[in-house]
Amino acid sequence: MANSGAEKLKLYSYWRSSCAHRVRIALALKGLEYEYIPVNLIKGDQFDPVYRFDLQDFKKINPMGTVPALVDGDVVINDSFAIIMYLDEKYPEPPLLPRDIHKRAVNYQAMSIVLSGIQPHQNLAVIRYIEEKINAEEKTAWVNNAITKGFTALEKLLVNCAGKHATGDEIYLADLFLAPQIHGAINRFQINMEPYPTLAKCYESYNELPVFQNALPEKQPDAPSTI
Amino acid sequence: MGKLKLYSYWRSSCAHRVRIALTLKGLDYEYIPVILLKGDQFDPDFKKINPMGTVPALVDGDVVINDSFAIIMYLDDKYPEPPLLPSDLHKRAVNYQATSIVMSGIQPHQNMALFRYLEEKINAEEKTAWITNVITKGFTALENLLVSCAGKYATGDEVYLADLFLAPQIHAAFNRFQINMEPYPTLAKFHESYNELPAFQNAVPENQPDTPSTI
Repeated sequence: MANSGAEKLKLYSYWRSSCAHRVRIALALKGLEYEYIPVNLIKGDQFDPVYRFDLQDFKKINPMGTVPALVDGDVVINDSFAIIMYLDEKYPEPPLLPRDIHKRAVNYQAMSIVLSGIQPHQNLAVIRYIEEKINAEEKTAWVNNAITKGFTALEKLLVNCAGKHATGDEIYLADLFLAPQIHGAINRFQINMEPYPTLAKCYESYNELPVFQNALPEKQPDAPSTI
Repeated sequence: MGKLKLYSYWRSSCAHRVRIALTLKGLDYEYIPVILLKGDQFDPDFKKINPMGTVPALVDGDVVINDSFAIIMYLDDKYPEPPLLPSDLHKRAVNYQATSIVMSGIQPHQNMALFRYLEEKINAEEKTAWITNVITKGFTALENLLVSCAGKYATGDEVYLADLFLAPQIHAAFNRFQINMEPYPTLAKFHESYNELPAFQNAVPENQPDTPSTI
């Protein structure tokens, strides 16, 4: 384990959060041991004992109340992108960015399309808002539209530089963002992947890797037993 | 060497970020306006450059990069002086967090496509309420994040990545969305610091080649 001498990392996570999913992949890739602390994002009357924290208690640790949050000794980092870059800088092997500056730029672009172009339009707060203010059909149309636009852009971006994975035959930053996004699109939003053969092929390659498989929502300690 | 080309829109906060970066790095560039209000982003020639139809886009010889964050990191990789990230690991993490709060937590919820959608599907008041809510949440998070590590700028006395994302966001909050900045004294202080720097002043929406003369 890359960090076996140091105090264990703590990851505040929610099984279904695609943002937490990204960080779980990074931790596994880097061979880092961590304590998985589930945070219940869905407000409910029942307090399921698998969750050590509900949202209000968690806000004492992380005022933003979002997952994931990483605790490394006395350092607390919120936000999946910041956590991943921090991990890459503190534990450089294997590197999450290639050396070539053009390939790096492609990784940053793919990452950003997911981080700011797709995921914000399908997170819980937004979809609840649209469903409440308009209706469920509009919510579905909104999410489908955001994913379609984003996947179209990703397909164009990656079609000429993809290898086994998004930007070649090694796993890089883009893959950590793509895997959860594509997984969610297929499993939660029933997106048809036919227009995106490059993305579909990347997704198949992730399914063959234990580090990606172990990070899946369904495999997490707080995944409902009904999944 | 061929000149850098920046496809930009005067009012785009994403383009604004890149304009600051280019000026900070002392890089000459050709400003090519894409007038979003007129629908220039749907022009087939522009879509060949950027299929997403968004600004900014940077052209560097035969390299085309869309997305403000990717452009800024590319510029920092290719032209390392002055560096846009500090050497300290924790300070870098704070810069990445602030950047992400703006680029994924605030700006996507206040862009033109969303305004139009909310105004069309619900009404103008709802659109305003939504944007105010999004900015409030994001600014609260930024204030919490930066209050104990800010100096003259977001993460000390040097300008770093976080400042490039904060400046356009705060500028818009003051000038476009009439956000009351009283709950965010740290952010308000940055706004004053940025106003003293030519690299930031030259990048503001009001000073661009495509700024409408009525502004």
